[in-house]
Amino acid sequence: MSSTFDTVAQVISETSDVPLENIKPDAHAIDDLGIDSLDFLDIVFALDKKFGIKIPLEQWTQEINQGKASVQDYFVLKNLCARIDELVAAKNAK
Amino acid sequence: MRLEYFDLIDKVDELDLEGSKIKISSRLPDRSPVFDGHFPNFPILPGVMMLEMMNHAAGYLLYRRFMGERFVFLGGVKRAKFRRMVRPGDTVEVRAHLTHEGSGFSIAETTLTSGGATAADAEIILISQEFPNPEIKAALARHSETLTQPAEA
Repeated sequence: MSSTFDTVAQVISETSDVPLENIKPDAHAIDDLGIDSLDFLDIVFALDKKFGIKIPLEQWTQEINQGKASVQDYFVLKNLCARIDELVAAKNAK
Repeated sequence: MRLEYFDLIDKVDELDLEGSKIKISSRLPDRSPVFDGHFPNFPILPGVMMLEMMNHAAGYLLYRRFMGERFVFLGGVKRAKFRRMVRPGDTVEVRAHLTHEGSGFSIAETTLTSGGATAADAEIILISQEFPNPEIKAALARHSETLTQPAEA
């Protein structure tokens, strides 16, 4: 299990009171874990701080609404972790 | 200040856009329908109005950081405490500092003081998005122009 996933799972568990054992890489943050949109903002805030990034939530939402991406691309945890890794790599490349 | 119209900021005393800080002040009216009900013969500013003042201060700061191009509103309250009562005629100051600016949301630490003492403090979530219509964008721009602003450095 990647360390990014471990960090994300810990944040979700602490922020949204979801048992850690329920948080799996294939879990959908909203459909499977019962996290609502405001809870997700708290998670994004914590992840922004932990990883020193700014998760482009508005851009992701726009892409989903425009059909350029699926909800799974960003809200299934293993995909969310991959996006976070990309953002961290981009930040470190600067 | 007109409580019942949620017109809560009289003056912007300090505005540091780069440092993401603001200080506003307002004098509570001597009379208001809000005070008539809260409470009869013992008028005090409701806690939720203190929270709304803190929201307005932080929201105006964020609005100005977005140069009036984004609609800002309260998204959540992470923490709020109401420590002292504030009465009609009191002058109130609110300080707000944006501690995090995320994508479409910001977090602000806010403090409301009166007579030099802290009356309330809160950590709030502000949501920002495109304006729902051009009319509200124009109305907020006009209202911003009516606020007394700090002198240019």
